[in-house]
Amino acid sequence: MEGAWEIAFVLFQVWLSIVVGLIVLPAMFGVSLGFTDIYIKVLVKTLEWATLRIQRGQKEQPTLPSQSANGIIEKDDGSMEEEIGELRRSHPKNLAGGDFTMCDAFYFCKKGIENIVEDQVTQRFTSEELASWNLLTRTNNNFRYISVRLTIIWGLGVFIRYCILLPLRITLAVIGLSWLVIGTTLVGLLPSCNAKNWLSDLVHITCYRICARGLSATIRYHNKENRPKKGGICVANHTSPIDIVILANDGCYAMVGQVHGGLMGVIQRSIVRSCPHVWFERSEMKDRHAVAKRLKDHIADKTKLPILIFPEGTCINNTSVMMFKKGSFEIGGTIYPVAIKYDPQFGDAFWNSAKYNMVSYLLRMMTSWAIVCNVWYLPPMTRQDGEDAVQFANRVKSAIAHQGGLVDLSWDGGLKREKVKESFKEEQQKMYSSMIVGSDFHEASVGPA
Amino acid sequence: MGSRASSLLREEDIEEIKKQTGFSHSQITRLYSRFHSLDKGENGALSREDFQRIPELAINPLGDRIINAFFPEGEDQVNFRGFMRTLAHFRPVEDNEKNKDPTSGEPLNSRTNKLFFAFQLYDLDRDDKISRDELLQVLRMMVGVNISDEQLGSIADRTIQEADTNGDMCISFSEFTKVMPGKAIDITADLQNGA
Repeated sequence: MEGAWEIAFVLFQVWLSIVVGLIVLPAMFGVSLGFTDIYIKVLVKTLEWATLRIQRGQKEQPTLPSQSANGIIEKDDGSMEEEIGELRRSHPKNLAGGDFTMCDAFYFCKKGIENIVEDQVTQRFTSEELASWNLLTRTNNNFRYISVRLTIIWGLGVFIRYCILLPLRITLAVIGLSWLVIGTTLVGLLPSCNAKNWLSDLVHITCYRICARGLSATIRYHNKENRPKKGGICVANHTSPIDIVILANDGCYAMVGQVHGGLMGVIQRSIVRSCPHVWFERSEMKDRHAVAKRLKDHIADKTKLPILIFPEGTCINNTSVMMFKKGSFEIGGTIYPVAIKYDPQFGDAFWNSAKYNMVSYLLRMMTSWAIVCNVWYLPPMTRQDGEDAVQFANRVKSAIAHQGGLVDLSWDGGLKREKVKESFKEEQQKMYSSMIVGSDFHEASVGPA
Repeated sequence: MGSRASSLLREEDIEEIKKQTGFSHSQITRLYSRFHSLDKGENGALSREDFQRIPELAINPLGDRIINAFFPEGEDQVNFRGFMRTLAHFRPVEDNEKNKDPTSGEPLNSRTNKLFFAFQLYDLDRDDKISRDELLQVLRMMVGVNISDEQLGSIADRTIQEADTNGDMCISFSEFTKVMPGKAIDITADLQNGA
């Protein structure tokens, strides 16, 4: 027995030194040994081959339904007035615009049925459907047995992901996070000085780089000249907690968030020792003025790092950008918008918090192929004269959506859990009322036809 | 392998629904995915709350009436068959259907059935006629608080006056059919096929 334990221990040491030597150290220095690049290239070739095989297989078996990533129905984009007008045009009686006809109900009926079949909002809270299968069981929708070779490749994929990549990634994550906690605590012992800030940045960046390796993340940054500067607010679309790792690989940010317990709490308490982050107690979050004041104070101090905020307030599935909460846009200061777009072919980064808790989510991340994403830094924006916070927020949101190729929605991400406000229905009713009241006064004075 | 949703739908069921509603195989499987995603309770049936969770439907002034059309009299749950039957009213009419064998029974998406669907939006108590009271209630749903009772009353009176031919101060289904515009229903009331 003794011998077996010794061998296991030696193997473990060898494993650890390989990991540290080949992955952790280069990561800390921002150097890539090229393993990830080769891996991604091989992966791309394999997935392309798999797609062709599946398509060939589907042609041979015509009864298999083909998946379409597009919507099942086309919608008319006409306004209420246009569509009701069209309905009324072939009405037997000639009406001088306005007034009520019973066929108006068809407009609401059609819109309602369209929304039952497919609506713009609920689809944003579940993972995006892929156009072609990427050899992960979890994204398998209706892909049935095609060929032996495909099944073997799939099996090989499972083995590689669960038995080779998963332990590797967990090791890296553990190393990365422990380094973060230990490193920041040590830096926190230093007195305030330039060296402290420099060391703090170093510790943060090296840790996030290790974590990024732990997800096999390939990140491409565009327009680095627009990178957020101190005293500013960085604003990005939110897909998952990993967004933080993605962004922090290329710069240092001050995080904003609620105080948590458990492991998160430990991390939060230690990183705030080395440089100022903004953590709120639960009770403080409710007081909007207190929140705004703390953020304002932070950005007023030009030595502090730019704040990172996700104005959507919740995770969206990376196909669209939903309403930005105006809070961050009322503080003033320069906004640095950032667009993040993940490539879903390699791994679905979206955190469906209704379905998975944090641990299962991280495990899913670590057993995907890789995380591949693009980050665009957009030119800084400030609030213009005559523009209120809501309009400013919408302007920033459109810029991000446009850059990332995402759909720009005005719906609130909070609809994930809450009901829609009655006021929207009242708006619809008001619009319709103005359509039928219009000529009513005229008719009343003329008398019955 | 295979998505949990589609594995609950058997081939025989798909064939039956195809015959009954005229939807294609792929349309049925997609709509089943949709049904499954709306079914939060995962019990194979939708309740009114499941529909209300769609924000764009919740803000539709006639949203409640449309949702109600899915539920048979007195029931609170609708299964996939019922769901498809109701949606079938809005399936676009294909060219090859227009010359169908007249003995095979009227398809669900015929003009008459579409009109009857709209009729039922107004006919709250399902007694096959629209009374002044019912018309007022539905009008109130569509306009909210923006029009006074008197104005709404006169709109309702005028509408009944125009449509009512047998003088019973109610609109029956045949009277309803006569005041409906012809082609507009076919063109604008259907779901258009996506890609």
